[in-house]
Amino acid sequence: MIEYEPVIGMEVHSELLTESKMFCGCKVAFGGEPNTRCCPVCLGLPGSLPVVNKRAVEFVVRTALALNCEISHHSIFHRKNYFYPDLPKGYQISQYGETPIGVRGYVEITVNGTTKRIGIRRVHLEEDTGKLLHVEGDRSLVDYNRSGVPLMEIVTEHDPAAGFDQINSADEAREYLVRLRSILLYLGVSDGKMEEGSLRCEPNISIRPKGSGEFGVRTEIKNLNSFRAVYNGVKYEIERQERVLREGGTVIHETRRWDEPRSVTASMRSKELEQEYRYFPEPDLVPMVFEPEWIEAQRHLLPELPQEKKARFMAEFGLTAYDAGVLTDSKALAEFFEKAVEGYHDPKIVANWTMGEFLRLVNAAGIEVDQVKITPGHLVDMLKLMDNGTISGKIAKTVFTEMFETGKRPEDIVKEKGLVQITDESAIESAIDQVLAENPNEVERYKAGKQELLGFFVGQVMRATKGKANPGVVNKLLREKLS
Amino acid sequence: MKLSKEEVAQVAFLARLELSEQEIDTLGGQINRLLESFDRLQELDTENVEPTSHTVPVQNVFRGDVSRPSLTPDEVLANAPERVDNTFEVPRIVET
Repeated sequence: MIEYEPVIGMEVHSELLTESKMFCGCKVAFGGEPNTRCCPVCLGLPGSLPVVNKRAVEFVVRTALALNCEISHHSIFHRKNYFYPDLPKGYQISQYGETPIGVRGYVEITVNGTTKRIGIRRVHLEEDTGKLLHVEGDRSLVDYNRSGVPLMEIVTEHDPAAGFDQINSADEAREYLVRLRSILLYLGVSDGKMEEGSLRCEPNISIRPKGSGEFGVRTEIKNLNSFRAVYNGVKYEIERQERVLREGGTVIHETRRWDEPRSVTASMRSKELEQEYRYFPEPDLVPMVFEPEWIEAQRHLLPELPQEKKARFMAEFGLTAYDAGVLTDSKALAEFFEKAVEGYHDPKIVANWTMGEFLRLVNAAGIEVDQVKITPGHLVDMLKLMDNGTISGKIAKTVFTEMFETGKRPEDIVKEKGLVQITDESAIESAIDQVLAENPNEVERYKAGKQELLGFFVGQVMRATKGKANPGVVNKLLREKLS
Repeated sequence: MKLSKEEVAQVAFLARLELSEQEIDTLGGQINRLLESFDRLQELDTENVEPTSHTVPVQNVFRGDVSRPSLTPDEVLANAPERVDNTFEVPRIVET
């Protein structure tokens, strides 16, 4: 049986976090009353002229640099012509051909222990379109608030040069997107919200007999609004194409829509004809020329990127690659950890709490790290309460959950809830006596040699003291009493 | 290069222009005369000429990233063929 190899190209669009639109001064925002952020330029009214937003250009140059791209010395805009009601001018201003802002870069990904350098073909700047609100019947409503919002397009190389790799699985496609999004968030150029559509991903997929140098017919998938959808959609499409080929059919070049509830891709039957966009240089905008000194100045403005931060966390705090990777996945999480480490002597303990309880509660609450109430200082204070014996490790988890939910200081929580650890030996002793009296059978079995029962007694004592007894003291006293 | 009557009608349809048979003939003739002019230009030997995207030696014209007030929805929608609340209403088009 022929073994097939998938080849996946990723086309990612990200709206840029500028204050104003790409070619006019209308505000950039999400949602709001339709058609309230529009002007003659972004409505394509006759006689209006576009002017390039400098910050949008800087954002794309910095992104391209962060993705290890070369910056074109000379870069121009083009018109992409097509008729569609979300595009009031009848064309989209984009960048076509050989001179996008960035070319020939890469993103490093690691999947199942294998590291790949995914080639980036191009990084370019364009404008977003308006939004069609589909209603019942044969009419659509159009909102042009999004029309003209700066949009960056990042395309991977499906046929990379030596030393670079292509994406060959759904796992790699997802990991590529995770890495790319993380870089965009570190750069502060995108909010990365896939569910709001400010970050959109359209993979194209083909399969070929393993080892073949040729490419199969590719399909493009739209409507992937989460990492999970990207993974599931790509996986489904690879399997679908394999099925088609194994049954002797042929894959058709088309765009397919991911149907999330049904977990399938379905043909959109809209791109059977290759569109002719009649690209030509945008006559209303003059060329951009990037001098080497200016490019270097932009490079200097790059923040510490995820991979650099990960390497530093390993070197500076002695963390494992895995821990450093988890902590630097999100900029906000890395910042939380780093602030807490400043106030505490043991980075490993801070890392464990940040990756364990903290991340677990963040995920359970379904919020972003930068939305939490708990501060790094709270974590530090709590760790110090553990160190000086005020609370036990078990109680600390209760305190941490409370801090996470309320944003209160750990000292206040301990005081309010009476969570101070019992270290007083006589108080613990009476709890032990009670437990031993209530469980005569276990006491007998323990004394007959069933040593594992010590854990049972410890548990019972902790329960009787509502978890407040100092576990070290409990252990010590239990051994004494049972010997 | 010459556009057929059908192609002229298709371009008119895409531009949402309603043309009579007579107008298609007249405009088709004009378009084709324009295209002939371009064909004549194509005869020039441009082998050693750099492609030109702009004819004026100006580059790097930017504006600062500053927002300013937009039009009111009534102004935005003043020329809308059909309006529903603050949106343009258009014939439904299959999503691409």
